[in-house]
Amino acid sequence: MVSEVKLCGVSLKNPVIPASGTFGFGTEMAGWYDLNQLGAISLKGTTLEPRFGNECPRIAECPEGLINSVGLQNPGIKAVLGEKIPALRKIYSGPVIANISGFSVEEYASCCAAAGACEDVDIIEVNISCPNVHGGGMAFGSNPEAAAEVTSAVKAVCPGKPVFVKLSPNVTDIAAIARACADAGADGLTLINTVLGMRIDLKTRRPVVAARYGGFSGRAILPIALRMVNQAAHACPGLPIMGCGGVSCADDVLEMMMAGATAVQVGAENLRDPMACSRIIAELPAAAAKYGIDDLNSIVGII
Amino acid sequence: MKQACYTIESNLPLAPGVYRMCLVGDTSAITAGGQFVDVAIGGFFLRRPIAVQKWDSRSMHIVYKVVGKGTEVMSRMTPGQSLDVLTGLGNGFDAGACKASALIVSGGLGASPVFSLAKSLVEAGRKVEVIMGFNSAADVILADEFKALGASVDVVTMDGSCGLKGLVTDAMPSDGYDYFYTCGPKVMMKAVCAKASAPGEASLEERMGCGCGICYGCTCHTASGPKRVCADGPVFKKEEIIW
Repeated sequence: MVSEVKLCGVSLKNPVIPASGTFGFGTEMAGWYDLNQLGAISLKGTTLEPRFGNECPRIAECPEGLINSVGLQNPGIKAVLGEKIPALRKIYSGPVIANISGFSVEEYASCCAAAGACEDVDIIEVNISCPNVHGGGMAFGSNPEAAAEVTSAVKAVCPGKPVFVKLSPNVTDIAAIARACADAGADGLTLINTVLGMRIDLKTRRPVVAARYGGFSGRAILPIALRMVNQAAHACPGLPIMGCGGVSCADDVLEMMMAGATAVQVGAENLRDPMACSRIIAELPAAAAKYGIDDLNSIVGII
Repeated sequence: MKQACYTIESNLPLAPGVYRMCLVGDTSAITAGGQFVDVAIGGFFLRRPIAVQKWDSRSMHIVYKVVGKGTEVMSRMTPGQSLDVLTGLGNGFDAGACKASALIVSGGLGASPVFSLAKSLVEAGRKVEVIMGFNSAADVILADEFKALGASVDVVTMDGSCGLKGLVTDAMPSDGYDYFYTCGPKVMMKAVCAKASAPGEASLEERMGCGCGICYGCTCHTASGPKRVCADGPVFKKEEIIW
């Protein structure tokens, strides 16, 4: 079975990628399995300056998923490029995806420029969809003009590096946002980020997460993710997509690829099962054989 | 850190709403008292982080309180059932930090994670004094087991129905120990750290996502920056903790 896929010339030995925010900076996972099994790794969302993120509680369990309101905790781009990626490179030689967030177009551009200049970064993933920060993230992913503005600003400062824009599901017309990013020069898209949600503690009569709302992810969002990946794939023919949202097994990977994804990110499943990506990669050949697939590339976007 | 399958050997109440489960399986990843395990429960997306009370090469005991639907399901599990558990999580207590005499102060269920610490300290020849706080006599757990280790034990209850009436801080000696350890409600640990006359450490608790350091869902502020309670802790030195 051919499992190798390519994202804008970057070769992945298989399509499985741990999603940003569910795998730390990779080194945190080194004790569980050999990371070189992975197709690629998307690093934790990074901003220009270090961020503590939101106060705790940041986690609320939900049926078939969870809400998180981490709020982009990260040590800042300088530490990520100077410490986190070199540490990861000691144990992992595959493609690295730098996930970048910001609070202004200028911040996105300067952070992406720094990441793009790092030879150990293979793909830039521009997160315009974080629901857990005010005045940034999702604000840019909620309207086509703002999404296009960020995309073109990042493309201008990242010559030679594929730029994927990570989209929010919290929009009315995903196709319009996807097209706006494509028209602004995006080399690819990642979708979906988490779905804005809420849980309430009946005992305290307060929201469970301190930030009130958070991003819902996990198995429950797979149908939403499949629908949106499919809409984006139809809106932007030929544009590679990393499909993300609710993937928990090899069958889900195949569904996501048929919906239009060239590669597939696994997110919340890592939090309940640290072996998730390794398990899914191991399951893939048998799952593909079961459905008569001898080359994963042959099913991308067939729906 | 390790993921493995365990068989429930027993699951018995210790006090109203508090249970002790004995799990048989690979305990090789557990290296220090104060570490925890993360238990997968069918029908619930996230695992339940629970401290290890004691372990040997064959099995481990975890003590838990029914606080929600997940732990309620756990309380009805029966011997012979198997559980998917991540073990050896967190740093645990630093038993080596105490050179001669240790003071251990626990509140409620906090008695469980300090049990193996007390055992290690006694085995290392340290003098161990344990002050255990509970709401009332019915809630007292593990006191006899601490005594059986050879530790000196003082039980304190809020209503005076067992031992001294009052707070654990009322029973804390002004000196006579070179290091302290505490685990219990946050307000209690804060008061213990404020009153302690020696250096020491406390085991923090936070709502967790992964339990193994990848999601940053349980980050706390510390004197040396943001730390993950699950992976950098749960045990932090007194001077590190920002209450």
